[in-house]
This record gives sequence, C-alpha cells and structure tokens, in this order.
Amino acid sequence: MVISLKELTTKELLAPGHRLCAGCGPSIATRMALKAARGPLVVTNATGCVEVSTTIFPYTAWRIPWIHSLFENAAATAAGIEAGFKALGKRKNTKNHIDIIALGGDGGTFDIGIQALSGALERGHDFVYICYDNEAYMNTGIQRSGATPRGASTTTSPAGEIIPGKRGLKKDFIGICVAHQIEYAATASIGFPNDYITKVRKALEVNGPAVIHVLAPCPLGWRADPINTVKLAKLAVQTTVFPIYEVEDGKYKLNIRIKKPIEVEEYLKLQGRFRHIFNPKFRDVLEAIKQDITTNWERILRLCNVNP
Amino acid sequence: MTLHIVKKEYIRSETPSLSHVKDSSTRVQNGSVTMKNQEVVGFNGDEAVAYAVKQSDVNVIAAYPITPQTIIVERLSEYVADGDIDSEFVCVESEHSALSACIGASLTGARVFTATASQGLALMHEVLYATSGLRCPIVMAVVNRALSAPINIHNDRSDMMGSRDCGWVQIYAENSQEVYDWIIQAFRISEHQNIQLPIAVNLDGFVISHSMENVYVLPNKDVKKFLPPRKTRYKIDPTHPISFGGLFLQDYYYELKRQQEEALRQTSKILDQVGKEYYKISGREYGSLEVCGMEDADVAILCMGSTAGTVRSVLRKLRADGKKVGLIKLWLYRPFPIDELFSVIENLKALVVMDMALSFGAPFGALCSDVASILQIKKKDLKIFNVIYGLGGRDITPSEIEDIFNDALEIAKTGIVKDYVKFVGVRE
Repeated sequence: MVISLKELTTKELLAPGHRLCAGCGPSIATRMALKAARGPLVVTNATGCVEVSTTIFPYTAWRIPWIHSLFENAAATAAGIEAGFKALGKRKNTKNHIDIIALGGDGGTFDIGIQALSGALERGHDFVYICYDNEAYMNTGIQRSGATPRGASTTTSPAGEIIPGKRGLKKDFIGICVAHQIEYAATASIGFPNDYITKVRKALEVNGPAVIHVLAPCPLGWRADPINTVKLAKLAVQTTVFPIYEVEDGKYKLNIRIKKPIEVEEYLKLQGRFRHIFNPKFRDVLEAIKQDITTNWERILRLCNVNP
Repeated sequence: MTLHIVKKEYIRSETPSLSHVKDSSTRVQNGSVTMKNQEVVGFNGDEAVAYAVKQSDVNVIAAYPITPQTIIVERLSEYVADGDIDSEFVCVESEHSALSACIGASLTGARVFTATASQGLALMHEVLYATSGLRCPIVMAVVNRALSAPINIHNDRSDMMGSRDCGWVQIYAENSQEVYDWIIQAFRISEHQNIQLPIAVNLDGFVISHSMENVYVLPNKDVKKFLPPRKTRYKIDPTHPISFGGLFLQDYYYELKRQQEEALRQTSKILDQVGKEYYKISGREYGSLEVCGMEDADVAILCMGSTAGTVRSVLRKLRADGKKVGLIKLWLYRPFPIDELFSVIENLKALVVMDMALSFGAPFGALCSDVASILQIKKKDLKIFNVIYGLGGRDITPSEIEDIFNDALEIAKTGIVKDYVKFVGVRE
C-alpha cells in the first residue's frame, strides 16, 4: 500500500502560524502524520516542543480535538480516550469511529513515557503512537535522552576534554514495541514522506495498538543549518544510520534498501553536535559510531531476511 | 445566607435497630422521611464503594490495585466480567497511568471512576493537579493509608493530606454507609456544570475499608433518577474541536487558576443542594459538616473519618456524666467549610483538632493549621490544641479520647494551654 499525493487530505489539520522553529523536523512530522487522516481524529500530546509551541493560549494550531496533560502519560491518556469512546459508543450504539493518535518526542517516549506506552501496548488499545525522534530533550535545551546516539554532544552529555559526548547506544525502540507482539510497528523519516504517510495510514487501519518511530531532525539541537533538516533526514537513511523498516505481525520488512551507503561522515559533518569527533584525539569514537551503525544495519538486514 | 449544619443527637433516639430490617419491603422510619425499599446489605467500606459505583452507571473505570483499596477494583472487575455493568475497565500498569487514563476518558464526556491509596496517591501526585486543572469531573475513592518509609499498610491520612492542595474536592466518610452515600453524591457534585472538578472520597484504610457493616442501599431506579448520564459541553468532539491543556504563560495561567479556585469554593453550595435531594430519596442527611452536642458544648473535638464514631461514643458517656462536650465532624475538607465551622463554635471555650497525619516541621497538623488560621480572624479567644494520633494504623481508644476531652475541659476552666500539640498513643 502506498498513498498517492492525490489521496492525501488537502486540509491542514495543523494550522500554520504555530511557534515551532524554522526548519523544525517535528513540525513536519506532525503535519505529515495528519495528512494520513482517514476520518475524525483526536491527538493526545506528551509535553514537548510540539505541545508547547502549537498551543500557546489563547491560540492553538490544532484544527482537531487535542489533549495534553503531562509528559509521560500520552499513551495512558490515549488508552482512557479509547475506553471512553468504547463505553459511550455502547450506550449510543453509534459507529462514528474517531481515530486516536498519541504523539510524543523521544524523551517522552524512550525515557519517561516508556512504562505508560508498554502498558497501553500490552492491553491492546486501538490507537497509534507516533514518536517523533529528534534524539534529545530539545524543548528544555538539548539534554541527552535514551534516543541520543553515541558521541552526540548535548548539554547533559557534553563533549568534554575526557568524555566525548554521549556514551552508549540509542535504544532499539521498535524492538521494545515489537516485543509486545503488536500488529504493526515501523520506522520512518520525514525525508521520505510517502513511506512515512503510508505507514501512519497503515497504523491507523490496524485494529489495536500500532507504533511509528519517525526521525525528525532538530536544527537547533543538532547544531545544523535549518535548511538541511530534510537533507539530514534523508542522509540518516542513506548512510544506514536510521534504517527504514516495518514489522507486521512480528515479520520485519526492509522498506528502503540501501545498496551503496553514503559515507557516514557526510551525515555527521553537517551537525555541530558531532564536531568534536573529527578531532583526531577522538578518532576511536568515530570508529565506534561507524561500528554501531554497521552492527545495527546488519542486524536489521538479518531481521528483514535481506542479504547484504 | 442560611448555613446547612447536620445535627446528630447524642441522646439515643428510638430509631429501630438494623436487625429489625428483614427484607426490602420493610419500612424504616428515620425522622420524617421514609426509607422505603432500601435493602440492608453487609458491606465493608471497599465493597460499599464498588456497589455505589456499580449503581452510578459509570462509563470508564481505570485503576491499579493497592492495599487496602484492592477489594474495590476486585469487585468492580467482577461486575464487569459478569456483565453486571457495561463499564470499560482499564486495568492499568500504574496509578500514574490510572489517573491519566481517567483524564482521557473524562474528556470524551464519560462518567469516570478510579480508586487508590497511599503510595498510589503519591505516584498520582502530578496527575492530581492536571485533573483539576483540566476541570475533569472524576470521582476517586482514596482508602487512606500511611506512606513509606518505613512501609506500612495501615491507616493514617498522610496520603491525602500530602496532596491536599491539588485542587480536588476532598470528602472524608465515617463508615461504610457514608462511603456509599458520598460516592453517589460525589458524581452529581463533580459533574455539576458550575463545578467540573474531581472529587476524592476518603475512607480510613482497614478501619472502614475492611470492616463489615450494615449498609442501606438505594434501589437502582432511585440512583438512576438521582444520577442521570453525564452531560458536558466541553469534550472531544471532531465537529467542535477544542484544545485541552495548552500552554498558559504569565499572561493567562493566573486567571485560569483563579477560576479554578472559584469553582472549588462554589462546591459547598452545590454539595448542600445535592445533599438535600439525596435526603429526599435516602432519608440520610449530608452537608459540609456534622455536629453532635454543639448547642451548649463548652469544649469540642473536631475530627474527620472513622474517628468521629469513637468520639461520639465517648461523648455520650461524658454527656451522661453532665460534661458539656461536643463533636464537630468535617465531611468536607476542601473546600474548607469556614462559615459552617464558625457558626457552630460561637460559644465554645476550647477546641481540640485531631490530625491523623503529621505535617513535618509545621506548627500543627494540617487540619489544625487550617482551623487555627481561621480562628485568628474570627475567634481569637478560643483555646485550641492539636492532637496527632493514629499514625501507621495505631488505634485511638475511647479512654484516650476521654482524656483528650478532660484536658480540653481543664483548659476551658483555667484558660491555660500547656501543650499545643499532643502526640497521643505513642510510646516516648
């Protein structure tokens, strides 16, 4: 299934004029996700950039019902919304289905919201969880999260004289979701809109929980030129830093095959958060990053049953 | 403005004992109201909660089990599993998610219930504020239990007292009957168009939650009539999209909170209105507070929850000895019934305020701090002292209550307060 441009809703459910930055990846991720709407829709938002910048009272950019209450509870709130619809639907005997999307950043998802998400996935609520991943807590000023990749300099994993940015790997978030044996989970990148929007629609059509993990670069936090947001989102895929795949009923499928990966330096050098690893004294970090990427890519290829 | 004060006689009246009630057709006279068709059922406090929720036609229940609240969620699960109620039961993975799910459900326009205790309430702490800030009418039973560390599963009120500023209406029940009656009334108050705030109905852990008592229950049809399905203009509606919970900065946050406070303060009035209606169908009278012997009392104990039962029993004994003692039992803790309290303490010489929770480092326990602060405005001459008791489930005995009354009588005589805070029942 691929959604063509003609099928996309021409409605802008996220109105322009919100206060997200120029070149903001998450704003693109949000707008595109809403393009996949197949009917009435409600969004529940975890605390984060998208939440604060779209709803500064008395304004709101949301042309659909939208709820924010706290940071770590988007999935639990979605579960409650679903239960409410179900219970009231029983009484009224109506079939007016309203889709539910829970939207959270990587901090609200990988870290503080993972428990609520795990619970909601296990219970099988009919909703779509979209994690827009900009690889750190950008709203509070670029602090590392469980989604920050090795070597990235953030304000809480700064590149110092001794410690070269974040130590350790980014979590395998989709792997965690897949372990709940849900029907649908996928990665996506705002650099590949057709793939992303199609996946959101697919996720909406699942009768149960579904998860989309979309890479959405943050120029401010990545210390990159805002003009390069989409370029970076593409390069992350083309360098195999961020593999694009989906998992249907436990079966992995590679969606974007990269035969000849672009050199990872092409991706890293556009970002100030990796500037320090080009210092010869941190050469081993660059090597470790490259090794991480290769290992992960090979792992995904194996899971997708694709020969390198 | 006429204040509504519920009075209980300390001289035992000729009310029929419950054992006379054999079946639902038996008519029991209570004052002028006929408690017709009310069945008497053996319920512990938790079961009374669950039964009231069952009759209240709740759409969504989201809860997480914790001692001593567990029986509530177990009974409700059974009702759902047996098809006795068509509620959606979301058995979540934490109390944080329980109340978060309640917020989501409440914003769909559903009638929502949850229950917790102790650490569960503490884990909900930030969600408590979100619930009242989003003006979600949710009813929650809080089965009061001590907080860790050290861990203790028994009754005190450090859980709710620790969250008392969360913007919820807070009610304390004395026994299973009151628990049942308050849960049903709480939905009406909470969902009232002018209120739209969550309500916590507190019951003492084990003392009420696990003690079997006779409870008069209303016929289903009466509850249904008293409590029609929830109606609200503010809900998730794709044809009229609303953004709930946006960012309110320096220019609007304060106004929103001021409105929230105003709504909370309106609750006393609505609670009285609802109480009057409830009296008509139940024969049981409720309000912000209940008094006993306050017409001519020289001294009084002010307390909440199950303690009131012990105090009343001691009061009857002391009254028989001719001692002018009184009892003020607060049902409503937030909003604090200031005017009602003033109206009953006018001729009092000494007042004891009993706190079943410590407010570490504060001048008094939280309840006493509230009382002391308002006395400062209107009745400076009233002698007051604070009793801290019952922490971690330590029993408070009738003889201890008697001592407290006698201390108060001594103070009324001499005008001298030696200890402003007394730790009763502790070994030290």
